[in-house]
Amino acid sequence: MNHSRAEVLVLEAKTETMRWRKPALSEPSFRRILSVAGAFVLLLLLAIFFSLIIASYPAIQSFGIRFLFGSTWDPVRSEFGAFPFVVGTLATSFFALVISVVFSIPISIFLGEYSARGTTATFIKSMLELLAGVPSVIYGFCGLFILTPLVRTLEMKIGVAPYGVGIFTASLVLSIMIIPYSASIGREVISLVPSDLKEAAFSLGATRFEVIRKVILPYAKSGIVAGILLSLGRALGETMAVTMVIGNSNFIPKGIFSPANTLASVIANEFTEATGSLYLASLIELGLVLFIVTTVINLIGKLIIRRMGVEG
Amino acid sequence: MIIVLLTFCSILPMFFILFFITSKGISVINWRFLTQLPRPVGEMGGGISNAIIGTFMLIGIATAISIPIGILAGIFLSENRKGRLASLIRLCVETLQGVPSIVIGIIAYIWLVVSMGSFSAASGGFALGLMMLPVIITATEETLKLIPESLREASLALGVSYPRTILKVILPAGVSGIVTGILLSVARVAGETAPLLFTAFGSPFMNLNILKPMNSLPLMIFNYATSPYPEWHTLAWGASFILIVFVLGLNLFTKVVTRRWKVQF
Repeated sequence: MNHSRAEVLVLEAKTETMRWRKPALSEPSFRRILSVAGAFVLLLLLAIFFSLIIASYPAIQSFGIRFLFGSTWDPVRSEFGAFPFVVGTLATSFFALVISVVFSIPISIFLGEYSARGTTATFIKSMLELLAGVPSVIYGFCGLFILTPLVRTLEMKIGVAPYGVGIFTASLVLSIMIIPYSASIGREVISLVPSDLKEAAFSLGATRFEVIRKVILPYAKSGIVAGILLSLGRALGETMAVTMVIGNSNFIPKGIFSPANTLASVIANEFTEATGSLYLASLIELGLVLFIVTTVINLIGKLIIRRMGVEG
Repeated sequence: MIIVLLTFCSILPMFFILFFITSKGISVINWRFLTQLPRPVGEMGGGISNAIIGTFMLIGIATAISIPIGILAGIFLSENRKGRLASLIRLCVETLQGVPSIVIGIIAYIWLVVSMGSFSAASGGFALGLMMLPVIITATEETLKLIPESLREASLALGVSYPRTILKVILPAGVSGIVTGILLSVARVAGETAPLLFTAFGSPFMNLNILKPMNSLPLMIFNYATSPYPEWHTLAWGASFILIVFVLGLNLFTKVVTRRWKVQF
């Protein structure tokens, strides 16, 4: 290429840029603006953490670690123990996880192994994305008006008190909501199993199902666990759908069909009616517990995924 | 085969939800429903106009807060792939994404509602903006990481300054991914109730003042669905229909439209 022609092009480009020049933004100040924006996020997270601690300090001071194990939540006598909500949260999340795993692992296997491309796979993937996109109030609304009467008839048949609402209903609704999260991560991990492993198994005469059971699943085990952890983190923090179908009882639930409360649902119900600073501080301390637990679980899940080299 | 059966079973709830909301909600929708304010209990009629306007205003405040900082932070992360500060900030973004929405509501309450002395749409919009921020940052970062270095090197080689390269060359090349991120975060936030429970608080009146409480579609659905009045339940079905059409429509729209803007390399 002609040397002088290149020079002309560069000069033209420079003149072009100079013609549009507004007050010039120099490189160091621009980089500084970018760093400020990035640091803002860091400061934001730290501010959230410390705000929660400071705002819940009256409760931390009064109750200490007994807060998590006290079984009476009595605002009238200013006795605040979070154990009923810990039980409710663990119970709903555990049952929701169990039910969702029954569906999300087959989905992962189906999408990762059987039909990775094609219209069926795209259809199912779109359906999963839509499932994840439905607002949680709508899940709660449908759960309250469609699922609750069904559970009530079930409870009457079994002979349990027919509340309709309770841990069972909340777990059902929650499980539907968290299926997309573990299914998508599971699908990614399963599709990443190296094909030479699978082909070696096939060439030794294994059936497809045996390959799934003995080669794919063990290889993808930790990734699937990470996906389950992430959906657990989502389940722990889910508020609206659970609030609408869990029955809102501040006592330790006695069985799977009894009403209960979770950490998130009691905050949603009682925050605007909290009288007195200790009441509010206790509710905020519940939020702090929720924040710490979900953060830890999410970070562990993301760490496992990163180690497997999958894009979350 | 059991796997196929379970897979298709898990999609059934989606059809159930859509079917029920459409069948119960679509008969409620008419022009009066969309333009009137809610009536007191016991009176027939009434509408959800304040909720619709409120949802849009809250989304507007949230996007105004989160887009500038989100895009700038996303650019920062994509420009500094290695580096301890960048990794730390990436960790913070992931943590922020996983924070439960009710905790974000508590934070907005502590920071804004207490200091301003009243519930307000501004605090609600702030909470929603906090929820949109990590999604926009991640989308921006991932989009900009995919743009090949040659584009930037060509621009810098022509003598274009670094800020102008980023803002006028790199960023427009990634506009489809960034807009996707923004629209998806809007769809997510449009259906959020928990952060608004004690920030925007809801209101039965039409309110355009961002320093006062404001109603929104998901708040209204929650309040009306858990009330004991059948008239309010029908209103809630109609509002659910509108909300789900908006959210799912936005998701589909995002997928279809932004594919056209995608710059191929």
